[in-house]
Amino acid sequence: MKFMKALLKNESQSEINHARNRQFITPDVNIYETKDGYVLEAEMSGVNKDGLSVTLEGHEITIIGTRTVEAEPGEALFRERQNADYRRVFELDPAIDTERISARMNQGVLFLTLPKSEAVKPRVIKVDE
Amino acid sequence: MNIVRWQRPGLANWPDFGRLSDLRDEIDRLFESPFTELTRTSRLLSGWTPALDVYEDKDNFTVKAELPGMKKEDIEVTLHDGTLSISGERKSESKHEDAEVYRAERFFGRFQRTVTLPTRVAADKVKASYTDGVLTITLPKTEDAKPKYIDVSVN
Repeated sequence: MKFMKALLKNESQSEINHARNRQFITPDVNIYETKDGYVLEAEMSGVNKDGLSVTLEGHEITIIGTRTVEAEPGEALFRERQNADYRRVFELDPAIDTERISARMNQGVLFLTLPKSEAVKPRVIKVDE
Repeated sequence: MNIVRWQRPGLANWPDFGRLSDLRDEIDRLFESPFTELTRTSRLLSGWTPALDVYEDKDNFTVKAELPGMKKEDIEVTLHDGTLSISGERKSESKHEDAEVYRAERFFGRFQRTVTLPTRVAADKVKASYTDGVLTITLPKTEDAKPKYIDVSVN
């Protein structure tokens, strides 16, 4: 589909569309749920906290990781690493308290903590007589 | 993409094809990536093979490897007979014993990669650093491995 669109593009627009159709890597993630909320871990090597953007729109969370620009130390003999930035979108459980989402980066891994709002947490109800 | 409930497979390294969506992801990868990329990243064919670049300038070789989420002390770098070896073990940072797993795409466990260097390097001057999940190793060439230019006077 992306390829078809690219063919229909006219030349004067190509630069704008290039930005719009920017190639991203989908980072590998782990997602866990506990009784307090969710933990999301995303692998984005080459990204530090300055290159990280987490945006929330309704119940959709978008993670974008922009790599730190590295100087090429000479001529490449062998290359496997991709230079593209990272992007991935998730739909959130409505139970998540979006006001209290927190993020931290550690050695190219994003740790996102998504707490559930107090109202939806399981509660023990005491039985009176 | 929705958050989909995921079941832990019996074996840690077994391809996680328990769900149809995982199989679909894998088929998508097949069409999206060039073949070499696929063999390197596919969960079908390997556990974890970190992506690696090798650069050369007139004084050094530089090797860069993507190792997100490691501890510095869990990375081993050795040089033996002109072969550089990077190995280690990635451990999960947090314990999730009572948690339900929705997605498990990250690999935890051992990995190893080796690179044979084209010329001799000064083993005692090799330096390595680890930032933002990227390991950078600088290997200075030995004096006799550097290119030499000899002026020849022509009469």
